[in-house]
Amino acid sequence: MNAIVSIDTGPEGAACRDISYADAIHEALRSALEADERVFLLGEDIGVYGGAFQVTRDLVHRFGEGRVIDTPIAELGAAGVAVGAALAGSRPVLEFQFSDFATLAMEQIVNQAAKLRYMLGGNASVPLVIRMPAGAGTGAAAQHSQSLEAWFAHVPGLKVVQPATPHDAKGLLLAAIDDPDPVVIFEHKLLYKTTGPVPAEAYRVPIGKAAIRRPGRDITIVATGIMVHRALEAAERLAGRGHDAEVIDLRSLRPLDTATLIDSVTRTTRLLCVHESVKMLGIGAEISAAIAESAAFDRLDAPIRRLGGADCPIPYAPGLERAAVPQVEDIEAAAARLIERGE
Amino acid sequence: MDQPTADTLTQAPPPDAARQREALRRMLLIRRFEEAAEEAYMRGAIHGTMHLSIGQEASAVGACLDLETGDYITSTHRGHGHCIAKGADVARMFAEFFGRETGYCRGRGGSMHIADIAGGNLGANGIVGGGLPIATGAALAIRQQRRAAVVMCFFGDGAVNEGAFHEALNMAGLWKLPVIFVCENNKYGMSVSTERSMAVPRVAERARAYGMPGVRVDGNDLFAVHRAAGAAIARARAGGGPSLIEAETYRLRGHSRSDRNRYRSKEEIEHWRGLDPIPRLERAMRDAGVLDAAGIAALRAEVEAEIAAAIAFAEGSPVPDPGEVTRDVYEGGIAA
Ligand SMILES: Cc1ncc(C[n+]2csc(CCOP(=O)(O)OP(=O)(O)O)c2C)c(N)n1
Ligand SMILES: [Mg+2]
Repeated sequence: MNAIVSIDTGPEGAACRDISYADAIHEALRSALEADERVFLLGEDIGVYGGAFQVTRDLVHRFGEGRVIDTPIAELGAAGVAVGAALAGSRPVLEFQFSDFATLAMEQIVNQAAKLRYMLGGNASVPLVIRMPAGAGTGAAAQHSQSLEAWFAHVPGLKVVQPATPHDAKGLLLAAIDDPDPVVIFEHKLLYKTTGPVPAEAYRVPIGKAAIRRPGRDITIVATGIMVHRALEAAERLAGRGHDAEVIDLRSLRPLDTATLIDSVTRTTRLLCVHESVKMLGIGAEISAAIAESAAFDRLDAPIRRLGGADCPIPYAPGLERAAVPQVEDIEAAAARLIERGE
Repeated sequence: MDQPTADTLTQAPPPDAARQREALRRMLLIRRFEEAAEEAYMRGAIHGTMHLSIGQEASAVGACLDLETGDYITSTHRGHGHCIAKGADVARMFAEFFGRETGYCRGRGGSMHIADIAGGNLGANGIVGGGLPIATGAALAIRQQRRAAVVMCFFGDGAVNEGAFHEALNMAGLWKLPVIFVCENNKYGMSVSTERSMAVPRVAERARAYGMPGVRVDGNDLFAVHRAAGAAIARARAGGGPSLIEAETYRLRGHSRSDRNRYRSKEEIEHWRGLDPIPRLERAMRDAGVLDAAGIAALRAEVEAEIAAAIAFAEGSPVPDPGEVTRDVYEGGIAA
């Protein structure tokens, strides 16, 4: 795995500590459970086991089995229970042990949670939060390594966020819990142990706002999740070659912050999209189209380029697994080519 | 319609001496394979995670003992034992774990997707319950093609709470398909005990809901598992339809490599260590005069040599070419 560049996103003057991405989520869950008794957690092995990635650790001891519920292994049922509880006034935070298992629960997420408000004429609300550990790089192979965020972002009625830093992991989760509609959060498994500054108090990061992580003049690199870190590392390498890359952390896939993207590309005149999910029909395609449909299109000095997961399931063997998703050197090479050769 | 009863499944005759020896050999091979895989994982030769079935060898071997070439199994994330019990080559299994081109899945699947399609193992599964409807479907194909084969479907106690379990057993029962559902009830789905996850205490009871016989057996007793499985196989082959066997057992290792065992006690683990199916079978065979101490030692040495040769084969095998990462997504190449 590539080194994770630390991103300082703490608000001015706030008391920040460096804590891990997993601890930041834990802190958000704990403060939400403390602040609002309607909030409860459900998922597989989130109690005494503490969750597959130790995010919920001691919460069951603190809040009891009534609010930190170990469900049977029953993803469709658990999602439906969460939808029903949300409809009836509770505030469930549902953890899928791996985002791959949400495929078993698509009925409740897509047909029910996403549509109830609309189908019922605006009279119903499903304030549901779904946490999804996702991504490749752990050697867990094809059914435990997917990046399926584009599936969910395709569904009107869902909001989809992808925090890249501990700061955003906490702030976006708290914003999601406040939200009156279903929010799906994609957490990359390789990020859980990474650290960064996080304010101790509760705060919200607005859903639907991208963040410029590194301002630059020569190219806009829009990245999601773990790719933000790889893009920043690539930007450092590009700086060594005399190129000044702007790196945007998309943070939110739906709603999509097209204003920030258009403004950036208008300034840099080049666009490279990078995500781990399969390139075909990924969020990069939507971003590319948004730019092509905007006034920024006329300002482009090179074609738009996308990097995404290879067109295959995630393989097991380490060399293959690495080849299946974009790496720092791929981002560096693609950006340099756009800047130096306009292709 | 008469409800089939548990008695239907208790009548298979015991295996003869040669098959008992073969059963013990396979159980020892599973045990040593997993211990060696664990050791290779610890020294960094295997990446990812793995789920060991140490302590559960009797259910895998007992269920597969009467299977023939042409029969199928479907397996689970905890599937090394099933794979070996169905007759797989441990060299190709190690090669898969080491991520080599000579592995059963050419390094694409790893431990959780170990399979031996040619040998009738339709695959381990990363999805709890994923294999259940697949087993029903394979049994349907057997029926359509008028073959005499059967399907042995393995799953854990955790899987019985998935919708897939209920849908698969209902269709198998409805269509009287040649499939045997074997629940390896090791008391826990990861950290959650059956008491904390099932509304009724016994998996075997659920058979009634799907019009098939259900029986609970001591899953650490090779003979008990074989008696029920042999009867269920014979019944399925004769067109009698599906059965459900609940084999009570226990995993002596953690759920996966990252388990801290916070949800169970040392005493409980020690209690089950005393019920280890391998010494139990060895003792029974010695007492019955089927195999003496020297015979057992010879068998162990045979297994040891097979494991050592298998690891050497795996370590000497080539890794896949990263340039071939999109090969085999479709037959004949790439669609997009
Ligand atoms: C659909 C799905 N949900 C959750 C998981 C994560 N998981 C893997 S194994 C396991 C426990 C399975 O328990 P059981 O079926 O009893 O089998 P055992 O591990 O005890 O052999 C869980 C929760 C998964 N792989 N697939
Ligand atoms: Mg179990």
